[in-house]
Amino acid sequence: MSDLKYTAEHEWVAVDGDVATVGITAYAADKLGDVVYVDLPAAGSSLASGAIVGEIESTKSVGELFAPVDGEVVEANQAVIDDPSLVNSDPTGAGWMIRVRFTELPTLLSAEEYAALTAE
Amino acid sequence: MTDTDPTASGDTPDGPGPDAAPALRRSPLHAATTAAGASFTDFGGWDMPLRYGSDLAEHHAVRQAAGLFDISHMAEFGVGGAQAAAFLDAALAADVSAIAVSRAKYTMILAEDGGVIDDLIVYRNAEDEYLVVANAGNHDAVATALGERIHGFEATLTDATDALALIAVQGPVAREILAATDELEHDDAKAIGHTLDTLPYYACMGMTFQGRPLLVARTGYTGEDGFELYVDAATAPLLWDALLTAGAPLGLVPAGLAARDTLRLEAGMPLYGHELGLDIQPAQAGLGRIAPPKTKTADFVGRAAVGAGPAADARVLVGLAAEGRRAGRAGYAVLDGDATVGEITSGALSPTLGHPIALAFVDPAVAAVGQTLDLDVRGSRIPARVVALPFYSRKK
Repeated sequence: MSDLKYTAEHEWVAVDGDVATVGITAYAADKLGDVVYVDLPAAGSSLASGAIVGEIESTKSVGELFAPVDGEVVEANQAVIDDPSLVNSDPTGAGWMIRVRFTELPTLLSAEEYAALTAE
Repeated sequence: MTDTDPTASGDTPDGPGPDAAPALRRSPLHAATTAAGASFTDFGGWDMPLRYGSDLAEHHAVRQAAGLFDISHMAEFGVGGAQAAAFLDAALAADVSAIAVSRAKYTMILAEDGGVIDDLIVYRNAEDEYLVVANAGNHDAVATALGERIHGFEATLTDATDALALIAVQGPVAREILAATDELEHDDAKAIGHTLDTLPYYACMGMTFQGRPLLVARTGYTGEDGFELYVDAATAPLLWDALLTAGAPLGLVPAGLAARDTLRLEAGMPLYGHELGLDIQPAQAGLGRIAPPKTKTADFVGRAAVGAGPAADARVLVGLAAEGRRAGRAGYAVLDGDATVGEITSGALSPTLGHPIALAFVDPAVAAVGQTLDLDVRGSRIPARVVALPFYSRKK
């Protein structure tokens, strides 16, 4: 997973050409607790970087999904909508949230920079 | 993503967070719960286990087998002396002098205006010996109020919060676990006629563990059968380990405050700072029967105010059930058409029932069971209906 980039909002971004796959980090999933509901933007939605575009609810709290890039949603992960526990069991794999076709990639955090952000 | 729920882990509307006061207090079981893999949270100024892995799995374990909770953050006050009963009669809403030895009572300490300083459990361990258990976040307020109200009584007040740890074993196999725990024995001198098998709900008995005395009470905050064990801080880690060893084959798992909160919510039990507070009279929270109890003749602080009752239009606590998976959370508005008629105080997707549940204060006009209302879930309307409490009750 060394090719993952990160945001200060505890999301990861995997870039393949002009499409970014976005999810929340293991750190964020652990802080939320068991995720029981995920609300994601539909394919075709246009996103503005920094905007709240989805919700991730656990039994105890509500997290928000921020768009890490400007772009258009190519696909929302139906599997994670159907089984939100994927966010906890495999946050950087099967628990991905959305794929976004972006126009320009902003500056993102490296794994080292993100690790420093979450060091307690 | 960010955490936007003010009630995510705290017991006050302000909630805790990473920026909360740094000097958190540690339970005598901190090393044991750390070894068990706990994630911690600030709860009432204490660094307490929030969850060990999956809070849903911990919740289900308590409903189906048992969970082991460190709740040593709870505040304990010992009350003794010839006028211990008279003092507590004057200080608390309960008819304390009528509590039989080896019995417990759920009650409240009220302000003069009838608001709730805290909800409490009072155990009578001997004729003139009581243990008053309060919420961690209200430790200082309760200590202050009791310290003021004791004047003029021949009674003693001892803060036992640091001396005592508190371990809860909750779930349908809790009794079997205690019976199977090595070196946990009846204390013949202090069992007061009880055995683990016959100990009634809201009763307590003395036991020993490795020869050290402890108080074992059949009380809890989960809606299941279970026990709460008050034990000295030095012995607590040994007892924790012994309970886990005896209980693991029976399905016992360590469980954190996240599971404890969803368990108590399903059981319709109030949480101070959410369903109870200084601006809420007990009758509004559906607890008018305990403040004051019909049989109590002695005067106590707050009696006149709760006797007069809340205003006729004061909001009352109801249970709300919805469909789907989006839960209303504390602070969200309850709507009747376009009118805001209430506010949620606690809410979650019920792990046991599989649908969203919430406690809310609503206008009396819309408080009847069967009333349909809407929850304002971050701008979306979620239909809900008023249901009878508790949401969940175990088969007895």
